[in-house]
Amino acid sequence: MHSFGYRANALLTFAITILALMCAMASLSDNLNSPSPSAHVQVLNVNWFQKQPNGNDEVSMTMNISADLQSLFTWNTKQVFVFLAAEYETPKNSLNQISLWDGIIPSKEHAKFWIHTSNKYRFIDQGRNLRGKEFNLTMHWHVMPKTGKMFADKIVMPGYRLPEEYR
Amino acid sequence: MGWIGETMDSIKSIQIRQLLTQAVSLGMIVTSALIIWKALMCITGSESPVVVVLSGSMEPGFKRGDILFLHMSKDPIRAGEIVVFNVDGREIPIVHRVIKVHERQDGEVDILTKGDNNYGDDRLLYAQGQLWLQRHHIMGRAVGFLPYVGWVTIIMTEKPIIKYILIGALGLLVITSKD
Repeated sequence: MHSFGYRANALLTFAITILALMCAMASLSDNLNSPSPSAHVQVLNVNWFQKQPNGNDEVSMTMNISADLQSLFTWNTKQVFVFLAAEYETPKNSLNQISLWDGIIPSKEHAKFWIHTSNKYRFIDQGRNLRGKEFNLTMHWHVMPKTGKMFADKIVMPGYRLPEEYR
Repeated sequence: MGWIGETMDSIKSIQIRQLLTQAVSLGMIVTSALIIWKALMCITGSESPVVVVLSGSMEPGFKRGDILFLHMSKDPIRAGEIVVFNVDGREIPIVHRVIKVHERQDGEVDILTKGDNNYGDDRLLYAQGQLWLQRHHIMGRAVGFLPYVGWVTIIMTEKPIIKYILIGALGLLVITSKD
């Protein structure tokens, strides 16, 4: 009844239960945070815009991205993964999402940023639909916790348009 | 003589009863673990509700040895989600992030993934000539995260001796314990 084995077992079980409970509470406490992030993107230049030999349109552009994601950080936040995606509709596809730029924000101090960049991933359509195409730029973020549930949300910025002609 | 025989019988019967109790309790442990696993499969809709991260391709978000909870629903897959997928001809599932989505009117979808810590996208990991992942490659999307716990399974698969020692010790404990 009071052997070493039983005591060790009881202690271990108790410790693991408490640890699991603390992890669950840390994850639940994230729900109390109501963030108010902001983002702004400016397309400065379309560097080039052409049809690939296989017939798909490809465009390269330079953007100014600024965002303030400080309010996403809580004590249970390990990092925030943020990316900017171009989203548009074509006759063939009801939704196209193309990630143009992404970044990992390791801490609250780095969560208010400003970056001048051209698209990190290739902006290629499945087809030849990009001329004069209107598209949304959407800032998505995924909050990775130290433990528990992951959160995601976005800001949609509508009203961007690609040029009518290849260049 | 009759008295000794009676005592022997009673000892034997106790041992058999004890043995049965131990066998039943061991069976209960094994079956309840199985029930929990199968119930998780039903709830999450994924054939493996929990996966262990084996590579560092998603660092610093997910490190080797972390475990992920998966969920498989009818919801469409969107860019930014972390999905677990199986490539034809590869046995080990991969956990990476979706960076491009092309969804057709009828719901068919083309997906491109990339590891946060990798330089390029995953087309090199896909089967020869495969450009996109389809819906049937996806095993689930990651919804929750618990650090370090997966090291137990990594150690056990890489050093099988430890697994056998652990199983032996637990078995011995079950057999010798008296309650």
